[in-house]
Amino acid sequence: MQPVQAPQRTDPRSFAVRAVMMLFQLVVPMGIAAVTIFDDGEFAGRIAYAVPFIVAIILFNVAVAYLQWTRLTYTVGEADIRVESGLLSRAARSVPYERIQDVSLEQKLLPRLFGLVEVKFETGAGGKEDLALTYLSEAEGERLRELVRERREGEAPAMADAVPAEALPEAAPLFAMDGKRVLTFGLFEFSLAVVAVIGGLAQQFEFLLPFDLWDIDGWQERIAGPGQWLAGLGPLAQVVGILMALASLSLIGFATGIVRTMLREWDFRLDRTAKGLRRRRGLLTRTDLVMPVHRVQALRVETGFLRRLFGWHSLKVVSLASDSGAANHEAVPFGQMDEIAPVVAETGFALPPQNTVWMRAMDRYRFDKIVLAAIVLLPATIAAIFIADSVQWLIPAGVLGVAVVHNWWRWRHDRHAIDARQIYSLHGWFSPSLAIGSRVKLQSVEILQGPIARRRGYASLLLGLAGGNLRVHGMPVERAREWRAGILDSIGRTDFSELVEAQVDARAA
Amino acid sequence: MDDTADLTQLDPRYKTMMRLVAAIFAAFLFIGASIAEMAIPGWTGIVWVPALLVILYVVIWLPMRRFAARGYSLAEERLRVVRGVLFRSDTVVPFGRVQHIDVDQGPLERAFHLATLTVHTAGSHNASVSLPGLAHEDAVAMREEIRAAIRRDTR
Repeated sequence: MQPVQAPQRTDPRSFAVRAVMMLFQLVVPMGIAAVTIFDDGEFAGRIAYAVPFIVAIILFNVAVAYLQWTRLTYTVGEADIRVESGLLSRAARSVPYERIQDVSLEQKLLPRLFGLVEVKFETGAGGKEDLALTYLSEAEGERLRELVRERREGEAPAMADAVPAEALPEAAPLFAMDGKRVLTFGLFEFSLAVVAVIGGLAQQFEFLLPFDLWDIDGWQERIAGPGQWLAGLGPLAQVVGILMALASLSLIGFATGIVRTMLREWDFRLDRTAKGLRRRRGLLTRTDLVMPVHRVQALRVETGFLRRLFGWHSLKVVSLASDSGAANHEAVPFGQMDEIAPVVAETGFALPPQNTVWMRAMDRYRFDKIVLAAIVLLPATIAAIFIADSVQWLIPAGVLGVAVVHNWWRWRHDRHAIDARQIYSLHGWFSPSLAIGSRVKLQSVEILQGPIARRRGYASLLLGLAGGNLRVHGMPVERAREWRAGILDSIGRTDFSELVEAQVDARAA
Repeated sequence: MDDTADLTQLDPRYKTMMRLVAAIFAAFLFIGASIAEMAIPGWTGIVWVPALLVILYVVIWLPMRRFAARGYSLAEERLRVVRGVLFRSDTVVPFGRVQHIDVDQGPLERAFHLATLTVHTAGSHNASVSLPGLAHEDAVAMREEIRAAIRRDTR
C-alpha cells in the first residue's frame, strides 16, 4: 500500500449489485402498474407497445448508474479520506482521520453474494452525514479499516508487515452464540407488539379471513368438528375457544421473535482484537463492528422480567462513537452472568463487587410519588363511581393500583452505589437494568430539585455521560452533594483528552 | 460548595433585561385586556385587574426571583451554574470536560452589554450548559480562563 493513493473507484461489481437492486426497484412497480393499467383483457396486445419504453427506461437507468459509478472515486490521502462523486454536479467530501471514530463494515444479502461490503466511516456527526462507500471488496474494506485505525492512532502505516491480525488463525471468541442459543433468545424475544398489531389487523380485516377470529361460537364448531364431546361441555368449550385464539396469536408472536432474532443474531461472535471488541453477527445482513475499548463510557447490564428467572442477561456498551444512530452497542445480547463477566473485564470496567454498599432511594421520594398519583386518581375514581353508569371507575382505580405497586417495587429493588472507581445504578421494573459508569468518564454533574423535593430533602443526581444517561433519583440531598464532590474530585484528576489519548498511547507503545 | 453563599451573582443589568422582555409580553397582554374590557359594557375591571396582577407578577416579581435564584462560580477549575425558581438545578462542569466554549450576544444583550456563556460537553445530558446574564467583558474573561485551563491540562 502506497502512502498516498491515486483516486480509486469502488469495486466494479458494486455496479452490478446496484443494477440488480435497481431492476428490482423498477420492475416490481412497473409490473404492478402494468397489471393495473392493462387490466382489461387486451393485455398481450398493449404490452407490445409498452415493452420498448420499459426497456428504454431500464437501459437509461443502467447507463446513469454506470456513469455514476465511473465518477465516484475515493482517495486515501495523507491526512484524510476524500470521496468525490456526482454526474452533473460534483461533490467532494473530505474526512480527516482524527475525526473518524470508527469504520464499520456491513454486508446486506445481495452484496454478500458478490463478496462486497459497505464501508462506513463513523464521525459521530449523526448517521446521515457519515461517509459511506458502497461497495468495496471484502479485502479492500478490511484494509481501509486497518489503515484508518493506524492513521488515527498516529502511527505511520506499516508497509510490509501490514498483515492484519485477522489474517492469523483466530483465537477463541470472547463470546459467541450457537444456533441453540439464538433459538432460545428468539423464544424470549416474543413480540407482544406484533401480536397486538396482528390482533388489531385481524379485527380490522376479519372479512378477509375465512372465519371470524373472535367468534367464539365459530371456534366451538371448529373444535366440535373433530371432537363432538367438546360441544357438550358448554362454557369449558368457550374457554378452549379463547385459548385457541390466544394460542394462534402467541404462535405468531413467537415465530416473529425467533425469525427476527435469527436474522439479527445468527452466528454471533465477539472477539478481542488489538483495536477493541470486534462483533460479527447477522444471517442475511452481516455486520462487522469494532468497539474500541478506550472509548467505552459506561456499561449496561439488562434483563427482562421472565429471562431474569432463567439468569439471562444482556450487556450493552455505551460508547462515544454513534454508529448507525445507536450509541449503545450490544456486546452480549443474551448470556449468563458468568459469560458476561469476562467481557466486562475486557472493557476495563468491573461488575459490582460482593461487598458493594447498596443504597435505596429515600422512602419519602416513593411515598410522595404515590401521594401525587393518589391526588390525581382518587378524585377521578370517586367522580367515575358517581358519573359513569358501569364499572368504568375501575380504570382510574386500576391505574392508581399499578402506580402504588410500581413505586413499592421500585423502592424495594432500585438501588445505587459508588466505589473508588465506579458508580452503579440498578433501576427498572419489568426489565431491571444495571448501569455501570466510570467516575472519571463523566462530563458534568447536576443536582436537580423540584419544589416538593426541596421541602422533603431529596434530589436527583443527573450525570453527563457521553452517549447515554446516568441518573439517580430520590437521593437524600446531602448524599447527592457528597457524591458530586467525590465524582468531581475524580474528574478533576484527568483531562478529557487524556481519557481518549492516554489509552491510545498505551496501546501504541 | 454545598451552599449558595460562594456563588457570584449575575450582572444586575440582566434583571433589567428580563424585565424588558417581560414588559413586551405585558404590553400585548395589556392591549388584549383593554380590548376585552371595552367589549364588556361598563368599567367593571373584571379583565383589567387580573391582567394587571399577572403583569405585576411577570414584570416585577418573577425577574427578581429568577435573578436571585441564579448564580455561578468558577472555583476549583469548575464551572458551577445554579438556576431555577421552582425546579432548582445545580450543574457543575469541570474545565477538563469542556469541549468548546461559546460567547453569544443577542440584539437585546448587546444593547445591555451582556453576553451568554455556553460550554459544551461530550455528555448526552447537559451537552451544553449556558449561563446568560454576564457582563460581556466578564464572559470573555471567563472564556479565556476556561480555555487557558484546558490548554494547560492537555499538555
